[in-house]
Amino acid sequence: MCLAVPAKIIEKNDMMATVDVEGIQRKISLMLLPDAKKGDFVLMHAGFAIQTIDEQEANYTAQLLKEVAQNDNA
Amino acid sequence: MIMPEECKKAAEFFLQNIDRLITKPTRFMEVCGTHTVSIFRSGIRQLLPEKVDLVSGPGCPVCVTPNDYMDTAIAYAKNSNVIITTFGDMLKVPGTSTSLYEARAEGADIRIVYSPLDALQLAINNPAKKIIFLAVGFETTAPLTAATIQTAQKKQINNFFILSAHKWTYTALDALLSDPTIKVDGFLLPGHVCVITGEAPFSFVSERYAKPAVIAGFEALDILRAVYMLALQVQNGQAKIENAYKRVVRTEGNPIAQNAISSVFSNTSANWRGFGGIENSGMTVNAAYAQYDALHSIPVTKENSRENPACRCGDVLKGNINPTQCPLFKKICTPEHPAGACMVSIEGTCHAWYKYGQGRYHYGR
Ligand code: SF4
Ligand code: SF4
Repeated sequence: MCLAVPAKIIEKNDMMATVDVEGIQRKISLMLLPDAKKGDFVLMHAGFAIQTIDEQEANYTAQLLKEVAQNDNA
Repeated sequence: MIMPEECKKAAEFFLQNIDRLITKPTRFMEVCGTHTVSIFRSGIRQLLPEKVDLVSGPGCPVCVTPNDYMDTAIAYAKNSNVIITTFGDMLKVPGTSTSLYEARAEGADIRIVYSPLDALQLAINNPAKKIIFLAVGFETTAPLTAATIQTAQKKQINNFFILSAHKWTYTALDALLSDPTIKVDGFLLPGHVCVITGEAPFSFVSERYAKPAVIAGFEALDILRAVYMLALQVQNGQAKIENAYKRVVRTEGNPIAQNAISSVFSNTSANWRGFGGIENSGMTVNAAYAQYDALHSIPVTKENSRENPACRCGDVLKGNINPTQCPLFKKICTPEHPAGACMVSIEGTCHAWYKYGQGRYHYGR
């Protein structure tokens, strides 16, 4: 039930944002994430942004998986 | 971008190493319904070596909501001045003698909402009605309800109320771990709960109970990686909290959301299906916002609640049995006609076993 999905902020208007979720636009509240900026990827849950997605970390994870895949003779 | 080939290789790496690191029967528990579903969907249970058993704990807020709460919600629904707003999952959860779904068929005004803000909007649009939002959920969802109440106050909307069943996940873990009959060797911690809470509330798992715990994301690889990290800790005799979901879980969580919770709610003893009352595990609207608490503002008389004695949800939620060991499973209890809450939510353990399990999974102890 606390399923949360990534969304990209395409417009910010005070405490509301228009986000893109896999091509669909919707309006969500930024009350719990007031510092989110246009262009940020955020985690969205039941009409609210609840955290920004750290793209560097997301890449780091991809990187790590790549390394794992390369050394998999361990 | 991760390519499918790399994913496969990574999965193989994790699986081989889990097999190497774990040398005796080991049980890890996940306490999030989204994990449960992801584990079933991806077939991780079958991929893991037989000595590694993944069991589901009290991870779905719908499942742990007791009849008592449902009966109160249904009683409110029968009040013709009330519109009940709820996440869709709650509709079919059986109460003592009926469900919201049946109440709606009998004419009660019950609307499914996607967000508590939709419930608030409904209150604005229907000033002559009392709108009650069924505030069910763990730490992920509670701040949303809190923010909605704060918005209602700011906008002076006086016909919006909540019936709170918000709960603190970690209190159920504590209750589980303090029960010596329950054997769990480590935990996959719920990623989206930790987005809000951060690591601190779960540190007791390692500090007081010396169990390893890893905060996990929701893709199949996230979960395999987390199990691998648990296996490493087991092998090294460690017990610490690790974060394998750093792309959204910050060590400190989301302080604004934590603040929203503590501004609007205070802790109270709450009933969990299968566990009974747990001290300080529930969130109740505090005195400053009491007018938004349905129980405070709208009188209600509900039937005497009791749990269905044949339903084994309690044992399922503690990981004591798997759903196929419940005599009602698939015979009387199905997603269309659920006898217990664990069969209702798509994240419920019984529902997941019904949909994906079909008894094909080995279940060792
Ligand atoms: S409510 Fe949250 S913790 Fe519970 S099952 Fe859903 S995602 Fe997991
Ligand atoms: S199968 Fe149904 S009756 Fe049995 S424990 Fe699960 S929900 Fe309860």
